[in-house]
Amino acid sequence: MKAIYGLYGEPAAAELAYKELRRAGVSENEITVMSSEPLEEYEFGRGNRTTVMPWIAAGGAALGLSVAYLLTSLTQQSWPINTGGMPTVTNWTNIIIMFELAMLGAATATVITLFVSARLPRRLPEFYDPLISQGKTFVGVRNPPQASTSHIEQALRSAGPEKLRIVAS
Amino acid sequence: MTPPAANTLAEDLLAPVLQTTRKFYVAVALLGAVVLCGLATWGYQMYNGFGVTGYNWPVYWALHETNFVFWIGISHAGTLISAILRLVNATWRRPVTRCAEVITVFALMIGATFPLIHLGRPWLAFFLIPYPSERGIWPNYRSPLVWDFFAINTYLLGSVLFLLLPMIPDLALIRDRASGWRHRIYRVFSLGWQGTPRQWHRLESAMHIMALVILPVAVSVHTIVSFDFSMAIVPMWHSTIFGPYFVAGAIFSGVAALIVVMAILRKVLKLEQYLLPLHFQNLGKLLLLMSLLWGYFVFNERLTTWYGNSPHEMNVFWSTQNGEYAPLFWTMVLLNFVIPFPLLTVKKLRSITATVIASCGVIAGMWLERLLIIVPSLARKGSPYSWGSYTPEWPEVVIMVSSFAAMALLYTLFSKLVPLISVWELKSGEHSRRKAAARVQDVETAGELI
Repeated sequence: MKAIYGLYGEPAAAELAYKELRRAGVSENEITVMSSEPLEEYEFGRGNRTTVMPWIAAGGAALGLSVAYLLTSLTQQSWPINTGGMPTVTNWTNIIIMFELAMLGAATATVITLFVSARLPRRLPEFYDPLISQGKTFVGVRNPPQASTSHIEQALRSAGPEKLRIVAS
Repeated sequence: MTPPAANTLAEDLLAPVLQTTRKFYVAVALLGAVVLCGLATWGYQMYNGFGVTGYNWPVYWALHETNFVFWIGISHAGTLISAILRLVNATWRRPVTRCAEVITVFALMIGATFPLIHLGRPWLAFFLIPYPSERGIWPNYRSPLVWDFFAINTYLLGSVLFLLLPMIPDLALIRDRASGWRHRIYRVFSLGWQGTPRQWHRLESAMHIMALVILPVAVSVHTIVSFDFSMAIVPMWHSTIFGPYFVAGAIFSGVAALIVVMAILRKVLKLEQYLLPLHFQNLGKLLLLMSLLWGYFVFNERLTTWYGNSPHEMNVFWSTQNGEYAPLFWTMVLLNFVIPFPLLTVKKLRSITATVIASCGVIAGMWLERLLIIVPSLARKGSPYSWGSYTPEWPEVVIMVSSFAAMALLYTLFSKLVPLISVWELKSGEHSRRKAAARVQDVETAGELI
């Protein structure tokens, strides 16, 4: 794998590099940006914002609720107990179990969706730079076409990177 | 105070993780010794039976149950407060949230141990799990203890996830700074986090949903703990006010615990630049609000009982107002209301020290409140022939003290693994603050030019 990237001390410089890359004809999906904090107010931080996570969480809640309803009502019918003159299936008390399992379903579905959509866990890519953790913003292109490598390098350089690196395959 | 630069900030907050001082080992040794004493005492209680405790007819719920309710209440410090502050986007929350979330997880773990301690034979705990068996233990979803099982486990799991998810970027920070075996461990636990915009966005969406989910669960947990009492026809337990009363009390003790923990961390880990007087001031306001709310609930509960004048209830009522338990009751009122009120309202008295003093009082006061809910009602239940009294013996006291040491030990060990203040959240807040300041300066410069 080949990659070319620049590390920028300020997010504004990283944004400039991102814009230069776009101007050089690199598509949004080909550009990799990494930072040690969320930078949503910058152009590169605004992409990929559509998520179905809330709907999946709601689905998880519905599933938890259904499981709890079946668990409580079927169990009570299978092993009926007469307690304090209550009916065999006590929906009033079962609501508590249904609520808890619905919430558990929502939480579990949210975490699973996070892991799947954020692609976690995964191995760190070879071109990952630990300096990102020192507050630098990474802007790079993975597997750039041979013909455009110099344009990409120029675009990254124009924003004044603190470090520019070409990772050979 | 000038906020520290982003890099200094990471260095400061990661220092306790990456450097180990002698104080750390001393603290772990001391706290570990107290916890071992507690475990040995538990073993002694198991070997000799409950006869070595002060538990006796008719008071079969006492100090262990008090500690159970108390620790579950303390657990409301974290996730609930953190979730509320996240949802309302309170920017000052950033240094506070993780300190609070950690309290929740450890307090729940400690709290959930007490029903096991109370069992006497904890290895038979699986008898309590409701499944059909030849022992005739049929699944009974009508039992508040089964509701507890579901509620506490849901809250514990939700709180663990709520704590762990925003920890991932900080684990990646440590991964990139550590070397050797430490690097290898953090590489595994940071799950290959890179910090792409997609990952940041998904993480923030997930945290928002988790906050929405965890809030009602937190409220339900203490409501259900209150049902352990209010579903029983026991004087001064069978009350509709118990649900909200317990929730308010839990938040009250939780906020107090958070303030005390923050003050200790501030001093021990030298976090004066991050845990500012503003944080104590804001949490102090919340503590004051909860103190007033607690006073309101106590008055409601007492007035209704007194007005109803039911003989069974009045026996319990008077035992706490001017009888055997009156000194404890009035100490509780003093600690939960009389002392915190001036300390948190009078401007001249308001300070970090005063807030911490008020909080320490509230923690003690709320522990007394739990004791006063449980013991007098059982000691004065029904007709006078079934009355009794309760005096704790040393095993309950040692186990209780060791539970506090366990909390401190778990917290100390955790501080060695993960920064107790979320580095990325603080950096993000600092970044937004700087950008806003720059924008203001731009506008001012433009104004001057015009």
